[in-house]
Amino acid sequence: MDHLDQLENTSVHILREAYANFKHLGMLWSIGKDSTVLLWLARKAFFGHVPFPLIHIDTSFKIPEMIEYRDRLVAEWHLNLIYGQNQVALDEKRTFPDGAVDRLTCCGLLKTEALKNTLSGAWPRYRFNHVKKTYELDTNTEPFTGVIVGARADEEGSRSKERYFSARTDQNEWEIADQPPEFWNQYKTEFAPGTHVRVHPLLDWTELNIWEYIEREQIPTVSLYYDQGEGTRYRSLGCWPCTHPVESSASNVGEIIVELRTGKFANIAERSGRAQDKDDGGGLESLRRDGYM
Amino acid sequence: MKAEIHDDMQSARPTDVDGAPQERMPIVIAGHVDHGKSTIIGRLLADTGSLPQGKLEQVRASCERNARPFEYAFLLDALKDEQSQGITIDSARVFFKSDRRHYIIIDAPGHIEFLKNMVTGAARAEAGLLVIDAQEGVQENSRRHGYMMSMLGIRQIAVLVNKMDLVAFDRRVFDDIVTEYSAFLQQIDIRPTYFVPVSGREGDNIAHAGSRMPWYEGSSVLQALDAFQAPHLPVGGAFRMAVQGVYKFTQHGDDRRIVAGTVQSGTVNVGDEVVFYPSGKKSHVQSVEAFSRPSQHQAMAGQATGFTLSEQIFVSRGEVVALASEPHPKVTSLIRTNLFWLGKDPLVKNRDYTLKLGTARVHMRLDQVHRVIDASDLSAHADAQHLNRHDVADCTLKLKRAIAFDLAEDIAATSRFVVVDGYEIRGGGIIREALQDQQAWVREKVLLRNYKWEPSIIAPEHRAEKYNQRSTLLLITGAQEADRKTVAKGLEARLFDDGRVVYFLGIGNVLYGVDADIERTFENRKEHLRRLGEIANLMLDAGVILVVTAAELTQEELQLIRTSVGSNRIEVVWVGENVTTDLAYDVLLSEHESIEEQVFRLKDHLQEAGIIYRPW
Repeated sequence: MDHLDQLENTSVHILREAYANFKHLGMLWSIGKDSTVLLWLARKAFFGHVPFPLIHIDTSFKIPEMIEYRDRLVAEWHLNLIYGQNQVALDEKRTFPDGAVDRLTCCGLLKTEALKNTLSGAWPRYRFNHVKKTYELDTNTEPFTGVIVGARADEEGSRSKERYFSARTDQNEWEIADQPPEFWNQYKTEFAPGTHVRVHPLLDWTELNIWEYIEREQIPTVSLYYDQGEGTRYRSLGCWPCTHPVESSASNVGEIIVELRTGKFANIAERSGRAQDKDDGGGLESLRRDGYM
Repeated sequence: MKAEIHDDMQSARPTDVDGAPQERMPIVIAGHVDHGKSTIIGRLLADTGSLPQGKLEQVRASCERNARPFEYAFLLDALKDEQSQGITIDSARVFFKSDRRHYIIIDAPGHIEFLKNMVTGAARAEAGLLVIDAQEGVQENSRRHGYMMSMLGIRQIAVLVNKMDLVAFDRRVFDDIVTEYSAFLQQIDIRPTYFVPVSGREGDNIAHAGSRMPWYEGSSVLQALDAFQAPHLPVGGAFRMAVQGVYKFTQHGDDRRIVAGTVQSGTVNVGDEVVFYPSGKKSHVQSVEAFSRPSQHQAMAGQATGFTLSEQIFVSRGEVVALASEPHPKVTSLIRTNLFWLGKDPLVKNRDYTLKLGTARVHMRLDQVHRVIDASDLSAHADAQHLNRHDVADCTLKLKRAIAFDLAEDIAATSRFVVVDGYEIRGGGIIREALQDQQAWVREKVLLRNYKWEPSIIAPEHRAEKYNQRSTLLLITGAQEADRKTVAKGLEARLFDDGRVVYFLGIGNVLYGVDADIERTFENRKEHLRRLGEIANLMLDAGVILVVTAAELTQEELQLIRTSVGSNRIEVVWVGENVTTDLAYDVLLSEHESIEEQVFRLKDHLQEAGIIYRPW
C-alpha cells in the first residue's frame, strides 16, 4: 500500500462515516482540484454513486470555464447539484469588482454569507433537473447538518488545527480553542440542534498528493490549471478579479507534479495567487472562524 | 537534513528530489509541564541547520533587545506566531526530515488543553517521545502520559531524560530515573526502545552526541527516531471489518448490494464464509467491489473496501464481519475496561452515555469502578464511585445491548472505544475482559440459530420495498390492569386497512401452543419470552409488522427479547401513566387518550421512525 492508497483509504472511511451519521449531508464543490478529488473519492466510497447533494456557491465571478466544466460533470456523472448565491449583494453591486467594497468584505458577502444561508436553507437554492437539463428552485429548504469540505491542513496555518469532524455553532463559528479530542477513527457525530459539523476527508493530503492522485486516477480537471501555450496557468482557482494565473509552462498533470516536487513552485505557497489572503494579516483565519470553507 | 516548522508555505512540504514515495512517520511528544518539550523540538529544528534562514539569529536578537535569556523554546513560539497569525491556542504541526524519513510532530505542546490534543495526536502517531526533567525526576504527568500512550497503542517510545546540564551530566541521576521509570512502564507493559540523556538547552544527544556524557554510548534522539519502524498493518491476524453500511444505490440499473467497511485486521477472499457479529448470521463473499479499479479477489487490513454476499441476509451498520474459519470476536453487553476520562464533568454511575466502538454505537452506564489508577504512583483507589477529569481507571461498563469486539491483548483495533457524553467525545478505553451478562444463555442459542439459518433468495430490503414497510416488533406493555389489547388490535386494524402487512399476537396465543411443554410459572417466564422472541424473529424475517402485548415487561426482559430479535427492529410502548417497571420505552400512551388517539399516535410514531411511509 503506497501513500496515495493510505490517503484514499482514510478519506473513504471518513466519507462513509459522514454518510452514516448525518441525515442532511452535503458536499461543497468549488470546482477546484481539491474538491474534485473529494468528489472522486465519494464515488470511490459509494461505488460509483454520490448519494448526497453537491453544493456550489456561485459568486457569479467564477471563471466561465469553471461553470462549463461543472455542468458537464453534473450531467455525465449524474450528480445532484445545488447552487446558492448572495443575490441581494449582487443586485446591489456591493462587490469588490463593482468597486463598492474591499476584497475581504466581498469574500464575506459572496462566499461566507452565501454559504451560511445556502446551508441553512434561508436563501433560495437551485437544483439541477436532469430531465429538463436546467437549474430550478429547490423546494427542499432543510438545513444541512453535515457538510463535507475539501480543506487540507497544509494550505494555511489555521487549517492545520482542524479535526476531521469539526463542529460549527449556529452562527457558523468555529471554536478553535476548545475542540474535542478525536482518536481511533471515532469522530464527532453528535451535535446540538442548530449546529452543524464540517467534515474534512482531505485534511492529511498535500497539494502534491492531490496532483499525484489526479494523475493516478485520471480525474478530469478544468483546463485553467494547464498552460495553453501562453506560459501561464492557474495554480489555485477562485473568482477572476482576485485569482491570478502564475507563470508556468506546465501543460499537463505530469509536468505540474514535476514543478511541485523540484521545480519553481517547490518553495512557494499555493495560495500566493489569492489576493484576499494578503489584504489583512489574519485574512483567512478570520474568514474561517466566520464560516468560510 | 532539513527541518522546518509547518506553515502554509509549500517549502514546509518535504519532497524527495527523486520523486520516490516518501516515508512519513507521525510522532508525538509528551511529558510533564516544564520538562522541556518545546526546547527539545526547537533544538531538533535548529541543530539540523534547517530553520528558515535567519530565524535563529532573529530570535536571539529579539531576546537580547528585551534583556531576556535566549531559549530554544522561543523558536517554536516565534514560528507559530508568524504562520498562524497570532493564534496559538491549538497546535500546529512541525515537520522535519532526517536522512531516513520525514517526521511530523503532531499536536506540538504548549497550550492549555494539552491532554485532549495529545490524545488526538498520539492516536495518529507511530512513535512517541516522553520527556523527563533530570532534576525533578519522574512526575505525575510523566506517568500519566506514558500510561495514555500505552493505551492509545503506541509501542515505540523513547524516553528523554532532559536538562542533564543542570545535574552536571551525572550518570547516577540518569540511571536512577531509568530504573524508576522502567519499573513503572513495565507495569503497564511498555518496554521503551531507548532512554536518552539529553540537554535541550545545550544540544547534547539531540541531533549529535556531544562530549559531556562520555559514559553514554547509546543513540541520539535523532538516531533513536530513525531506528523506529513503520508499523505493519495486521494483515496476518484474524479478519475483522466493522460494517459502515450496506449500500444499495439503485440508480442507473445498479443492483449490487454491498457491505462496506474498512478492514481492521486480516484478509478476506472471494468465496470465504463470513459471519457477522453480534447477530451470528453467515454468508459467503461473492465479489469484492471497487470503483474505477481493476477487479480484485481480496481485501486486507487497512483497505476501505466493500463486498457482495452470495446469500442475502439482513445485516446492518455496527456489526463486525469475521471469517467462519478463524477465531471469532467476543459478544456481550458487560465489559471490563481500562478507561481514561477527559470530560470536565466526572463520569458517574446512573447516567446514560454513548459508547462507540468500530461502527457500533450503544448506550452505556458505568457499572463499577474497580480502581482508579493514580497516575502518580500507579497505586489504586479501590472505592471510587466516579472518574474525574484525567483519571485512568479499571472499570466495568454495562451496555444497553451486546456488541462485538475483541480483547486488547488479541486485536487492539477492535478493542478500542470512545465514550460520548452529550455531544462530545469525553473518554476512551480498551476492553480487557468480556464478562458474562444475563442474556448469555439466550445469545448462545441465537448465534447457533443464525449460523444455521437457511436464507431466502429474497433480500430483506427487497421484501421491505415490496411491502413498503420495515418489519418491526411493536411491544405493547403496561401495568397489570392497563388495557393493552384494545389499542393493539385497533392499531392492527388501522394498519391493515392501510394495506400494511401487520399481525397482532396476544401472549396467550403462544402460552398454550408453542409453550405447551412448559409450565406457566414465574420461573419459566424467561423461557416463555425467549420463545416469544423466536416467533417474533420468524415473523420479522417474513417482513411483518408484529404487534405483541405482554404485562409489565422489565428492561432485563426487553434485553432478552432484543437478543433474539435484534435491537434496531423493536419499538416499545407503555400503556398508562402508572409505570411499574424500569423499562425504557419509546412511547407512553396516556389512559386519558381515546383508543383512536392512541392508535393515531402509534401510527405517527411508526412513520416518524421510518417504519412505514409518511406520504407528506
